[in-house]
Amino acid sequence: MSKNKSEYLINRHDNQYEVVIGLEVHAQVTSESKLFSTSATKFGAEPNTQVSLVDAAFPGMLPVINEYCVKQAIKTGIGLKAKINKRSVFDRKNYFYADLPQGYQISQFKDPIVGEGKVILDMPDGQKEVGIERLHLEQDAGKSIHDLDPKNTFVDLNRSGVALMEIVSKPDLRSPDEVNAYIKKLRSIMRYLGTCDGNMQEGSLRADVNVSVRKKGSKEFGTRCEIKNVNSIKFMQMAIEYEANRQVDLIEDGQTIDQETRLFDTKKNETRSMRSKEDAHDYRYFPDPDLLPLEVSDDFIENLKSEIPELPDEKKKRFIEKFKLSPYEANILVSDIETSNYFENVIKKSDVKLATNWIIGELFAALNEKNLEITESPISAGNLSKLINLIKDGTISGKIAKTVFEQMMEGDKDPQKIVEEKGLKQESDPKALEALIDKVIDDNRDKATEYKSGKVKLFGFFVGQVMKVSGGKANPQLVNEILKKKL
Amino acid sequence: MSDVTKQSLSELVKNIKSKKLSSSEVTKAFVERSEKSKELNAYITEDYANALNKAKKFDEKPNLDLKLPGIPMAVKDLFCTRDLRTTAGSKILNNFVPTYESTVTQNIWNEGAILMGKLNCDEFAMGSSNETSFFGNVQNPIDKNLVPGGSSGGSSSAVAAQLTPITIGTDTGGSIRQPASFTGTVGLKPTYGSCSRYGIVAFASSLDQAGPMAQNVKDCALLQEVISTYDEKDSTSIDFKRNEYSKELTKDIKGKKIGIPKEYRVDGMPKEIEDLWKKGIEYAKDCGAEIIDISLPHTNYALPTYYIVAPAEASSNLARYDGVKYGFRAEGKNLIDMYEKTRSEGFGAEVQRRIMIGTYVLSSGYYDAYYLKAQKVRKLIKNDFDDAYKKVDAILTPSTPSSAFKIGEKTNDPVSMYLNDIFTVPVNLAGLPGISIPAGHDAKGYPLGLQIIGKAFDEQNILNIAYAMEEKINFKNNITDWWIK
Repeated sequence: MSKNKSEYLINRHDNQYEVVIGLEVHAQVTSESKLFSTSATKFGAEPNTQVSLVDAAFPGMLPVINEYCVKQAIKTGIGLKAKINKRSVFDRKNYFYADLPQGYQISQFKDPIVGEGKVILDMPDGQKEVGIERLHLEQDAGKSIHDLDPKNTFVDLNRSGVALMEIVSKPDLRSPDEVNAYIKKLRSIMRYLGTCDGNMQEGSLRADVNVSVRKKGSKEFGTRCEIKNVNSIKFMQMAIEYEANRQVDLIEDGQTIDQETRLFDTKKNETRSMRSKEDAHDYRYFPDPDLLPLEVSDDFIENLKSEIPELPDEKKKRFIEKFKLSPYEANILVSDIETSNYFENVIKKSDVKLATNWIIGELFAALNEKNLEITESPISAGNLSKLINLIKDGTISGKIAKTVFEQMMEGDKDPQKIVEEKGLKQESDPKALEALIDKVIDDNRDKATEYKSGKVKLFGFFVGQVMKVSGGKANPQLVNEILKKKL
Repeated sequence: MSDVTKQSLSELVKNIKSKKLSSSEVTKAFVERSEKSKELNAYITEDYANALNKAKKFDEKPNLDLKLPGIPMAVKDLFCTRDLRTTAGSKILNNFVPTYESTVTQNIWNEGAILMGKLNCDEFAMGSSNETSFFGNVQNPIDKNLVPGGSSGGSSSAVAAQLTPITIGTDTGGSIRQPASFTGTVGLKPTYGSCSRYGIVAFASSLDQAGPMAQNVKDCALLQEVISTYDEKDSTSIDFKRNEYSKELTKDIKGKKIGIPKEYRVDGMPKEIEDLWKKGIEYAKDCGAEIIDISLPHTNYALPTYYIVAPAEASSNLARYDGVKYGFRAEGKNLIDMYEKTRSEGFGAEVQRRIMIGTYVLSSGYYDAYYLKAQKVRKLIKNDFDDAYKKVDAILTPSTPSSAFKIGEKTNDPVSMYLNDIFTVPVNLAGLPGISIPAGHDAKGYPLGLQIIGKAFDEQNILNIAYAMEEKINFKNNITDWWIK
């Protein structure tokens, strides 16, 4: 495998293969109730406690569209810079399964609510645009539980009818790294919008991954395989790597690739055939006669546009232009809405440069160590802001600040109080410092003589000694100035 | 009063309101007659004891301001009724008891009516003779071994035999109008979107519509007034201004333009149907209407279009009956085996035939040629009516191409059975209201009906025309109570 910049290629003999990836992401719409019923959608509820007669497909029950979910889908479309279709149609996708009570899933086939859009990825060697083919609304199915009883399967319909957005990318992705960046960016945009919480552990975000390979430089796409329902970025990357290599091996071996649906076995780290194209379901899509075509007005869309918050790309631009952050710093700070909110709260009352360094450096490291999210940070934005101000106005040195920070991490204590209680305030009184420095010079007469005779490197030694004697509290700038005079 | 069951709904309402009759007296009379009429097999599920109790309760504290005060009524077994078994005429729902009430029946109970039981119908409303019901054939009170029409055959039989003063059916391709025509009663299929489909076991969602079935036009208008409401629970329900149909009913139809579509003169139509139609035209003229020849050029394609659209929707609507959640389940070796056995044993032959047709026309590779083309033709059929209504206010046709036939006569010939709906199906495809009124008898003395088709939401107009013509026709049903020993 070669890496030319971030180019991901698979080498076999004298051939180089490029990997072509497209994703169908299933994102659960953040909504109190389901797409076509009023049942709750809370995660982790007791089985079959969030099921209405509609969700369980009782005779004569009819779906009624949840307007909030429609708004969420349109907002997501706006966030993806996509075309919003004023008229879309719900279709029935027919198939039999025990956890699909209606015997069909209500989805959008020919006329989705959102059309073409794009997502910008920040890759190490520059930006990359990934095309969005479409976004449509559909119902989730229930859950079959096969391992509770040796003979029977249990069905939990809590998820049945929950609203999903299927976001289909164009086959624009070329490496596992790009897939990682794409999913993270998509997740970030939806979390900014509040349209999907992006929680992969709870299944709020999962993807079908389409993988094909072709010789580098070829314009034709290879035959693709679809890896179904992968629920973590790590697994997506592993599955792509395995699948791409499998396909290259087949081609090198003179064989052809069958278009098929495959499953990723996370234990064995391999993909396995699930069904071939010939066995593919005939879903018999047709417009759901229980629902009229979904029509939204320009006003409806414009109103939603006015509700769209500043999104990561725009925020990043602003951070760079207004706060003079580097693109690297800005990327980190905007990657997640919670982080950028935290950052913006800190800099309301404190220095941007220091805040950036402290958040990206100390805070992230400390949170990482404790395995905490920014929302769980023991240090509130307000108190971090105070700490930064104590550094900025010279009350404490950067070094002392780290000690204070550590104590703040133990509980959200006011840094001012820590400094006062522990007597950590920086010594900036010139008279007191002079006395200290005089003593240090006195104690190190020989070194002072050496310094004066030209061994200027010893200056650092004296600074160190002063800091040590002061217990780290001496104002380093003043120490420098006075020492220069005294020596 | 011994002749309680002979009274029309309007008379019963009047007599209860004026306290000449109690709800208990009325209910008892209809229950007794129903019990004596088991041979008609009009009921699938009887709920007489509850009905009598409810009547008693009503009489203790009668609310006489209601539109159907203490009126007993049996309804087609396609309407889900809370705590009372609802089968849709199928084995697969043989044991199904809903915990909820359809909007249409709820509207009826809200106006004071009392449920007596559930009436027989073709399985999932798929049939034109009530012979596909898992619960057996229904006898037409007109004559022994005569079909009552379908799919609302239990309803038409029960109204004609006066087992219920009035009832409701559903009409997907003629299932109210054809049985009304076969039994000498009145049946209205309202505009699509007029009556909520919530809680009605679905056959073909884009065509299904509930409607009233009665002894006369006035009763029909009153019941339509009660059942037609806008319902947020049905996304295809339409929020339009609904008339008080019975109050606004008038026989003054002077100057109304009534269209006669030439395409309804089909090959092989019996002369007596042709004559009936001519008579109908004369009655309409007598009422002061103006008769105008019109053309509905795509009429010929209505039946094939219907037999693509309806089975397609049905094949999907009936997928939920899989033995997993409710209803009949056959044991199987695994999930697929259970599905196959449940659906093979649970559904009857006609339902299976339509599921297969529907599955076929939606299959990839056939979708464009069948389903999509049918949708296009459906649009053309609707356009035909739109064009016609630029010239006329309503359209007059026969309701059916023949009178009622014998039980078993057409069971082995589905196509000839389907042809029965030739005059009614276009109305469903176009989503329009249509009413069938009894207009005469054939040589055998069996009733024949005329259909009046209206513009969308114009139920009042066709009710008025029917009301005016009803008086001129002065139809009398010859019911001899032959089944009562």
